[in-house]
Parts: sequence; C-alpha cells; structure tokens
Amino acid sequence: MDLTYTDEEEEFRARLREWLASVLPGLPPKPSPNDWPGRRAYDLGWQRRLYDAGYAGLHWPADAGGRGATPTQHLIFLEETEKAGAPYVGANFVGLLHAGPTIAVEGTPEQRARWLPPVLRGDEVWCQGFSEPDAGSDLAALRTRATRDGDHYVVSGSKIWTSHAEVADWCELLVRTDPSAPKHRGISWLAMPMDAPGITVRPLRTLAGSAEFAEMFLDDVRVPVANRVGEENDGWRVTMVTLSFERGTAFVGEVVACRRVLGELAAQARKNGRWDDAVLRRRLGRLNAEFRALWRLTQWNVSEAMGVPPVRAEPRTGGRAGGVPGAGGSVFKLRYSHARQELFDAAADVLGVAGALDTDHEWTLDRLSSLSYTIAAGTSQIQHNIVAERILGLPKDRPKDLRRELQRDFQKGGR
Amino acid sequence: MRFQLTDDQRALRDGVRDLLAGRFDRDALRTAVDTPGHLDRALWRALGDAGFFALCLPEADGGVGLGLPEAVLVFEEAGRVLLPGPLVATHLAAGTVPGAATGERVVTAPAGELLPWRDASDVVQGDATGAVPLASVDPLTPLHRLPGPHAPRSPEAVLLTAAEQLGSATRTCELAVRYAGEREQFGQPIGAFQAVKHLCAQMLVRAELARAAVYAAAVTADPVEIAAAELLADEAAVRNARDCVQVHGGMGFTWEADVHLHLKRAWVRAGTGRTTRETEEALAAAL
Ligand SMILES: Cc1cc2nc3c(=O)[nH]c(=O)nc-3n(C[C@H](O)[C@H](O)[C@H](O)COP(=O)(O)OP(=O)(O)OC[C@H]3O[C@@H](n4cnc5c(N)ncnc54)[C@H](O)[C@@H]3O)c2cc1C
Repeated sequence: MDLTYTDEEEEFRARLREWLASVLPGLPPKPSPNDWPGRRAYDLGWQRRLYDAGYAGLHWPADAGGRGATPTQHLIFLEETEKAGAPYVGANFVGLLHAGPTIAVEGTPEQRARWLPPVLRGDEVWCQGFSEPDAGSDLAALRTRATRDGDHYVVSGSKIWTSHAEVADWCELLVRTDPSAPKHRGISWLAMPMDAPGITVRPLRTLAGSAEFAEMFLDDVRVPVANRVGEENDGWRVTMVTLSFERGTAFVGEVVACRRVLGELAAQARKNGRWDDAVLRRRLGRLNAEFRALWRLTQWNVSEAMGVPPVRAEPRTGGRAGGVPGAGGSVFKLRYSHARQELFDAAADVLGVAGALDTDHEWTLDRLSSLSYTIAAGTSQIQHNIVAERILGLPKDRPKDLRRELQRDFQKGGR
Repeated sequence: MRFQLTDDQRALRDGVRDLLAGRFDRDALRTAVDTPGHLDRALWRALGDAGFFALCLPEADGGVGLGLPEAVLVFEEAGRVLLPGPLVATHLAAGTVPGAATGERVVTAPAGELLPWRDASDVVQGDATGAVPLASVDPLTPLHRLPGPHAPRSPEAVLLTAAEQLGSATRTCELAVRYAGEREQFGQPIGAFQAVKHLCAQMLVRAELARAAVYAAAVTADPVEIAAAELLADEAAVRNARDCVQVHGGMGFTWEADVHLHLKRAWVRAGTGRTTRETEEALAAAL
C-alpha cells in the first residue's frame, strides 16, 4: 500500500499546475446557467484548450486518439483541474464519459475515426437518449422502435431526461430492433445526428429551476445503418460498457470539490457564530471523515484499475472487460451521493434560515441539485441491487408470476 | 501511488488467516465463551511464536521489522475471528515489557474508562489504581472500570482497534450474506428479498469505506486520518453486527449464533477509544 506519487507522476502534476495557472486567467467569463448556446461554446472552448495542450482524452488508449495515460495520471488530472477551479466537463460529459468510451471500445475503425476526434477536439457535443417515459430503472423495457429500410433505420418513439439535448450534435440512442426477442436481446445502439428531420426537443425544467434536460420525440427519424455501434440486437451489452464507465470515474473531481466546500463551511460557521452549535460542528466533523474516506476509496479503486489492461473489451464476451470499471463503483456512488446530500444540508444550517432559503446562494442551488445524485445514473435502490447481486452474489428476485403464485399460497395457507 | 495490498501483504494476511483458522477455530471460540475470564496461554504463546506481537519490532531487537500497515492487516484478521485477549496492549508493549514480544507475558493497559483482562494479565501498563470489576456484556472480554481522569490512548492503539473493528464488520457482512443465501421463506432464499438484500449491500458499503479509511490511516499515520478511521470502523462494526442479527431473525437473537459476540465485542472496542463526540469534535477542529 503506497500513497506517495512517483517522481514521474509528481512531474506530470507540476507541469499540469503550471499550464493551468497560465491558461485559467485568460478564460472568458462563465455564461449564465440558462444560456445554453453560451454554455456549449464555453465548454467546447475549454475542451479545445485541453486538446491543444495535450490533455484531451488523457486516459483513452492511443489508438482512440487518447494519450494512454495511467489511471493515476488521470486521477491527478481530475484532482488538479478541480483544485485550480478549471471548468467542468459540462456539455462534453456524454461525449467524453459515455459515448466516446463506448465507441472507443465497441466501434469499428471508421466509426472511431469519425466520432472520437471531434469529441476530443471540442467540436461536437453528444447527448444520451436512453431513458424513456416507461423505461427508467428498467431500461431494457425501452420501446423506441427502429425498423430497417434499406441502409437506414427508421426510428420512432420518445426519450426523456435527455441532458444537453438542445445543444447536442449527436445522440447515443438505444432503440428496439427486435420486438419479438427477450427484452435484453432486441436492443441496438445508434449514433443519431440531432439535426435529422423528425426530432422534436422540448426542454424540461428541473426542481432547481433550470432546464438541464429535455423530452425528445422521434417521428420516423432516418439513421444510417452504418451509425450502429456493435451488432444489431447486441446494444444491451454495448450499453453495459457505457454504464460501467459512468459509474467508474465520473465523481473524482466532485469529491475534491466537496472537500473544499466542507472547508468553506467550517470557515463560514466560525465567522457567523454557528460553530458554537455542537450538533452542527459534529456533523461537519463526521463529513470530514466521510469525504476523506471517499477520497481514499477513490485512490483504492483507481489503483485497482491499474492492474487491469487499458480499455479494450472482447466483443460479445459479456463479462467484465479489461479497463471497464466493475461494480465497485456502485459502492462508491451509493455512499457519495448520500454524503453529498448531507453536505449541502449542513450548508443550509451554516447559512441559517434565510440564507438556506435564498436561491441567490450557490449552496442553496447545490442543495437542490444534490437531490438528483441518488436518482440519475442508476437510483440508489438499483445500486443496492447491483452491490447485493453482483458483488455479494445474492439471488435475484423470482419472476413475477411465480411470486404471485407464492403469494396466493401464502394467503391460502395463512402462515 | 499504488493503494492496494502488495503481494507480501496479501501473503501475510493469508498466513495469519490460516494460522487463526487452525489455532482458533469455532470450537475454540465457543470454549472461550464458556470459560469467561480464562485466557488460553498456549494460544498466546503460539501467537508470539508466529510473530503476532513482535511484528513491528525492529529485526535487530528480535522482531519482524514490519510497519503499521502490516499490523493493521494482522489485527483485522484477529477482529474477524473474535480472537480474545489484550492483543493491542501486548503488541504495543513488545520491546518495552520483557516477554511481551514472545507471548510469554500478557500485558494489558487502561483504555479510556476501561481496563480489559486485568486478572488474566501479568503486567498492567499504566495507572490502574481504583479499578473495580464490572459484569462485562462481552463474554470474551472481562472488564474493570477505572476512576478518572483518563489518559488518551495512543494513536497506534486507536488504529489497531479500528482494524479489529474492520475485520468484524467484514465478517458480519459475510455471515449475513451466507445466511441470506441459505435460509428460505416464501419459497425463495431470503436474500432475494430487497429488504434483506439492501441491508446486506449497506453492510458491504460500510465495511469498504471503513477499509479505505483504516488502510490509509495505517499508511499515513496522520492523526486526523486515524480519527476518521476510528469513527467509520466503530460505526461499521456496530451497525453491521446489528444488521447481521436482523438478517438472522430469531436465530440472531440466540446465544448459540456467533453474531451477538461480534456486536458485544464491537461495543467494547468502541468503548475503549474516544467517545463518538470526542472523535467528531477532533475531526471538526481539523477543518
Ligand atoms: C439530473 C438527471 C439527468 C439525467 N440525464 C439523463 C440523460 O442524459 N439521458 C438519459 O437517458 N437519462 C437521464 N436521466 C434519467 C435517469 O437515468 C433515470 O431518472 C433513472 O434511471 C431512474 O429512472 P426513472 O426516473 O424512470 O425512475 P423509476 O425507474 O420510475 O424509479 C422510481 C422509483 O422506484 C424505484 N425503483 C424502480 N425500480 C426498482 C427496483 N427494481 N427495485 C427497487 N426500487 C425500484 C427507484 O429507485 C425510484 O425510487 C437523468 C436523470 C436525472 C435526475
């Protein structure tokens, strides 16, 4: 067990710090949260700077346009950019963390050449069209249909909660290509151009007041068959690659940010007198333990990934592919999402009654948005199922009809 | 950075696990439960021979010459199997109290308000005047109560106790998962019910977060990290033991099942360190 960084890693950190210090002061002012074109331009502009400096796709394999950095270097990158107050991935999230890695693992050489460079260069934005009104946690129940017409799919249906849909160029879309197959086996993964005729995007307002996601209606949208990543009807496995990326590394910068906020809360409480409240003080102390441990758990998980060869899944093995983060990410996400909510609840108590009810205060907005952490990217209930079934090996619940039968027996037997 | 067990550390852990499986199996555990206050001296010497107490002594002094991370792994194994005795005090006395390192002499020390294993020990390190016996809730740990004021425990003692708590938390999670996979109700294993399944998942999450905290504290020996480890490991041990009782249903409420031994021991260990309030205050002060 070694928590010290090698000379090479420290050198990488030093160079990164230097570069951040030189580039951050020259950034344009941050656009307002509801100015979507402004946000797109800002986020892409930042990605372009990373690209020009050689930091784009740091941990992606070299043949996908990445730098082939080690997980530890990637961790250092996420830590340092957050500490320096650099912009978040923002609108680049799906391209860099979902669609990109999926195409890198599952795409043909042509597909990789077409879609990966624009993501890394900051030219194109992706969104994720997975969830549907009737397919949320039970994602495999999705119904959006795609039927073959020559070398095109004709797609109809609706998607919901699609983040960044309004400003996206591409959508990683899950569609049903074989309605007669068992639900996990009739799904395909398509890259849908967002300017195709037949797509209607209607923004949805979140409880925090901003329009972060949208409904998407698809009416006979034509998508080239060449845009399918993976085999037809093999989209569920392709999707599992995507989701496991999401659960792996998405929160590293946020843990760093939470630790900074915790320090700010203590400073603020000492200033405004709330530090005298022993109950609040102890909650902050407990959060200190929590976020320190979450940081260590992150280092543990990253070190574990060091032993596994970089991204490249064997097609159709279905098992855990090299470099694809395992279910351990669920352990982290469960605890982190809860801790984040506790952090901003504590922030409300530091702010006091009026401050906590004032949405001009950043912490109040953060408190509101923290509610999404136990819902998005697999709810906490689903994460508990994953931990119990995939790590602990507990049995799955029995199919519904059998359960109903058992229930009848139970009622008759009156035990 | 490589925050994972090294091959040597893995081998050490496996070796200790094998040793304890051989020298302190379930029969030995239940014998210990049935003979409260009696410390198995032969076992103690066997532990000494295996280097359990001399682990961190320099090789020049006849020790094994390993560090805190290795000690944490060894104490985690002790916690898993509920190994009885003043293990932490004897380990820390190696090098200062003759015979401690080899297991020839048993050393105890005050731990906050408590003095464990006074009557079975050869040496009490520290001030034990005014110690009064109490009817210990844990059949595996005889206790005396000490009048105040109480000296704080050393950071090493706190961390090694946290390591034992971690071992116990991991073990109760395993016990719960095993039982949930075997016991059937309503025609299926109870582990298929989400209410049970989610209890088990929460147990694992608690144990794994505590593990990250305890191992990191062992590597850095930083007082704030040790406080975090103490808080999270105490909580993981106590809450996992309670959930383990719950998963076992009526069986969990029996003397016969081992679960209650984990709960009671976790309570005792938590009682030997700072109070939760003190630990949380220390962590807040460090912000
Ligand atoms: C901020 C935000 C951004 C998002 N961005 C995107 C995006 O860009 N693209 C996209 O495709 N999706 C996105 N989502 C959707 C997200 O993935 C879903 O909301 C999530 O998977 C839950 O699905 P649902 O909303 O239909 O809830 P439901 O599945 O209906 O769940 C409702 C409740 O039932 C519980 N539940 C459901 N099934 C089970 C079960 N088997 N066992 C126990 N409890 C169960 C859930 O835990 C939850 O508490 C986003 C969501 C949020 C909040």
